[in-house]
Amino acid sequence: MFLLEVNPLVLPDIGLVFWNTIAFLILLIVLGKFAWKPMLKAIAERESGIEEALLRADKMKAEIAAMQNENEALLAKAREERAGMIKDAKDTADKMVSDAKDKAKQEYERIISDAQLAITQQKNAALTEVKNQVGSLVVEVAEKILRKELSNKAEQESYIKQIAEGVKLN
Amino acid sequence: MASRPIKSLLVLCLSLVTMCFSGNVFANEKAGSHEVKTEGHEAKAFNVTETILEHIKDDHSWHLWGQTSLSLPVILYTPKGFEVFSSAKFMNEHHEHIAYKGNYEYKIIEGKVKIVKLVDATEAVDIEASKALWDFSITKNVASLFVSVLILLVVLLTAAGAYKKTGVTSAPKGVQSFMEPIVLFVRDEVAIPNIGKKKFAKYMPFLLTIFFLVLTNNFLGLIPFFPGGANVSGNIAFTMTLAVCVFIVVNLSANKSYWEHIFWMPGMHWSMKLFLAPIELIGVFTKPISLMIRLFANITAGHILVLSLICLIFIFKTVYASAIAVPFAVFIGLIELLVAFLQAYIFTMLSAMYIGMATEEHHHEAHEHEGHKNVAHH
Repeated sequence: MFLLEVNPLVLPDIGLVFWNTIAFLILLIVLGKFAWKPMLKAIAERESGIEEALLRADKMKAEIAAMQNENEALLAKAREERAGMIKDAKDTADKMVSDAKDKAKQEYERIISDAQLAITQQKNAALTEVKNQVGSLVVEVAEKILRKELSNKAEQESYIKQIAEGVKLN
Repeated sequence: MASRPIKSLLVLCLSLVTMCFSGNVFANEKAGSHEVKTEGHEAKAFNVTETILEHIKDDHSWHLWGQTSLSLPVILYTPKGFEVFSSAKFMNEHHEHIAYKGNYEYKIIEGKVKIVKLVDATEAVDIEASKALWDFSITKNVASLFVSVLILLVVLLTAAGAYKKTGVTSAPKGVQSFMEPIVLFVRDEVAIPNIGKKKFAKYMPFLLTIFFLVLTNNFLGLIPFFPGGANVSGNIAFTMTLAVCVFIVVNLSANKSYWEHIFWMPGMHWSMKLFLAPIELIGVFTKPISLMIRLFANITAGHILVLSLICLIFIFKTVYASAIAVPFAVFIGLIELLVAFLQAYIFTMLSAMYIGMATEEHHHEAHEHEGHKNVAHH
């Protein structure tokens, strides 16, 4: 109390205390309702918005990465399929060519064998004809010769004798 | 590295100045007393203390320039009722203090309104009657406080309105962009670390209002002329009111465990509990009192320092003293700028800390440790 009376600086005036209380309460109520509340709300909203946006961006990034992976997988699969298809086509083509070749060869062989068969048949026919003609000729000639040779009796007998000698009865 | 010699030079200059200063004050006092003795009241010696106190104390008029000052309304409550009149009534045309006759005879004695009575044809303070006098005048400090309230309302309501206008998602503009970082600072550096994420929102309006009110008045106090010039945040009534508000908020929001820690410290021997209870109880009151004294002393000390440096010129009675006094006054002024912000921050931070301590949920394993910390604290 002594200090309060000695130093006027540490003696609070009731007037200032009174007005200060009023001023502070007015500030607290008015600012609290019309300044701090909207400001803090707006800031919080903005912060949550930013957070949300960041989260969304992260999610999108993950999605994009997943999509990229998927794309790559699809691409790889497509590539594989293409390679398979090309291989199949090639195989088919090869097979077709070899089949054609085989078939051609068979046909060729068949034609050749047919031809050979025909040739042999014709050759045989020709040979038979020749043989027949030669046979008949020989018979004709032999008939003519025999007719001429055996025109006398003596000669006929010698010949029979000759043949008989040739035939051995055993 | 280079700042070391500059620092030592500064220290040297300062000590030299203080030595001269103290010597001169002694000389001045001697001369002053001599003058008073020989010539009476006519030759008034320059009184440093009086000059400085005059600038720091509250006043019933607001000095504008030269002999012109703004007369502020005087509101008095006496057993005979309310009385309102202009403080100009206390001055005559020669700028001398005179008594004003209302319900009583009022006169300003040492800056305060007192009831005077005639004793042996001279006016003397009627101490008994003055005790029943309640002075609710709009003094310089009250007017300056209202100015700060007005500034805060205009600036902050404009800033808050900007959110409605531009929406939430757009970046802040203008006043809004200046205020938002400060609001965020109070929220992220003061409220959340001290009170915790769960409970801070309830106390944000209170902390923000305290911070901005103290900050604005600290800054206004640094302006040496009209809109500023009053020493509001360096006035004990102002800091006391805010400290009482903090005291009320802290104790109203205190939970059971806070009171338990004050009256019956858990995890201690019963004798220790008995010993600690009064200490903790005193702590309940010393916390707001320390808030009150810290802000008052810091701001007042800064003003006294600047005024003392300026007074050097009048003590030496030479204009050349300003060569040292003015740079130092500017230097201290810059420090005061820092202090103005720092003290607003510290006041708010400690308020938040006290609220945080009062609302904290204690865990049982932490009891012993907490107890030791509190003992060390006191």
